[in-house]
Amino acid sequence: MNAHQNDTPILRAEHFIKYLTGRKILDDCSISMRPGDVKVLIGPSGAGKSTFLQCINCLLEPDQGEIWLGDHRVDVKNTKELCDLRQRVGMIFQEFNLFDHLTAENNVALALRKVRGMSRADALERAHAELARVGLGDKAKLYPAQLSGGQKQRVAIARALAMDPTILLLDEPTSALDPELVGEVLTVIRDLAAHGMPMIMVTHQMEFARAVATEILFMEAGKVIEQGSPEELLAPGAQTRTQNFCTRLHDLCGESVPEEQERN
Amino acid sequence: MLDVIDLNFLSGRVMPYLNRGLMMSLQLIIPASLIGGAIGVIMGVLRVFGTPKVRRCTDAVVAVVRGVPLTVQLMILYFGLPSLPGLKIYLSPYAAALLGFIICTASYQSEYVRGALLSIRQGQIKAAQALGMSRWQTVWSVIVPQAVRRALPGCGNEIIYLIKYSSLAYIVTCIELTGEAKVLVSRTFRPTEVYLVAACYYLAMVSAATWLLARLEKKLAIPGFGTQK
Repeated sequence: MNAHQNDTPILRAEHFIKYLTGRKILDDCSISMRPGDVKVLIGPSGAGKSTFLQCINCLLEPDQGEIWLGDHRVDVKNTKELCDLRQRVGMIFQEFNLFDHLTAENNVALALRKVRGMSRADALERAHAELARVGLGDKAKLYPAQLSGGQKQRVAIARALAMDPTILLLDEPTSALDPELVGEVLTVIRDLAAHGMPMIMVTHQMEFARAVATEILFMEAGKVIEQGSPEELLAPGAQTRTQNFCTRLHDLCGESVPEEQERN
Repeated sequence: MLDVIDLNFLSGRVMPYLNRGLMMSLQLIIPASLIGGAIGVIMGVLRVFGTPKVRRCTDAVVAVVRGVPLTVQLMILYFGLPSLPGLKIYLSPYAAALLGFIICTASYQSEYVRGALLSIRQGQIKAAQALGMSRWQTVWSVIVPQAVRRALPGCGNEIIYLIKYSSLAYIVTCIELTGEAKVLVSRTFRPTEVYLVAACYYLAMVSAATWLLARLEKKLAIPGFGTQK
């Protein structure tokens, strides 16, 4: 599905600057999302990728910068606007962060009841629909401790989707998973991308990034230093930092890039 | 040894007295543990998630309550308040004892709850916030339910302490189990039997509380959370 006809960005994060413990973690980072965009943030550890992601839904408040939803500038000091922003921007964490004391269905239903004000029955019905969508219809009554890592992450995705977000942020969604469980989570994410869900994802799964990304942003030392389509940045002989980084990733763990390079 | 214990004396004189005392003890312990426990949870939450001002105030209350012997606190409530110039507050012995126990147990409970609240991972809070939940929604529906389960063993310990320090009520003339025992001893001069029975009563109360707490822990148990089954 291609939704690029519509040119109004649904979300813009502009000129983010963020200091943590006196260090400048983000130095003028911006990103703009149009319907159907899947943007992948890559870069070395400590580049500020996670911080950037968490600033977009204000889990970390940027010291400077603006967040726009459509043509409305979000006032992050206003609690109601902040809650609205967070409902519209779903987030998936590396370490899942399922509510440990709730079953899978209640993990999904909690925010529907508390934030949306849905009745218990309606919320559970919606939760079951979302769990079925990520292939976990039969695990609704299980607690997080009874699920595998991949299943936990899929519950987390169902939980985010239940809030009908207009965009999804994924912070290394497969990094905490055993290798054989990565596939099931990537399948769900690929499916979402195919249905046009806009996403910003931090990942080191370069093959996956190349397959689904409409744009790759390469970050280093708090700045976006390269930005472009996977074809541009990863073209053979492109001499980009991105490609250099990916080659090094490959050298370290035998992943991604070369196959296609050889073909070309 | 068995000759010393006169069963007729025990069942005819000691037990009727001590049963009356036991009733009074229960009337102190049950409301104090329930109300004190609830206030303890609220105070614990305020001490962790309150505004800096609220945190300072609740911390100060706990510092005073934990820093002053319960005997002295009860004396102040019962003998001290009436002589306060301006507001003359007269508490009945029962009200003074109950109030003293509630304040004391709530302060100790808040410390157990505070520890448990601090042990909840930041990720849980972030996940709730990312879904658009407000600060207090996050605290009450995500953090407190987890923290209470972690605090339960400590809180149970405090309830068992409460059962025993409830014996201090007699010093403000609220005659509960220990009070009745003292009165009876002064009339009969048979401390061995009387206090032995009183000790058995306390042991029975503590055993019952231990059993109830174990059942509660079991009922609240969640896979992968707290006690593993």
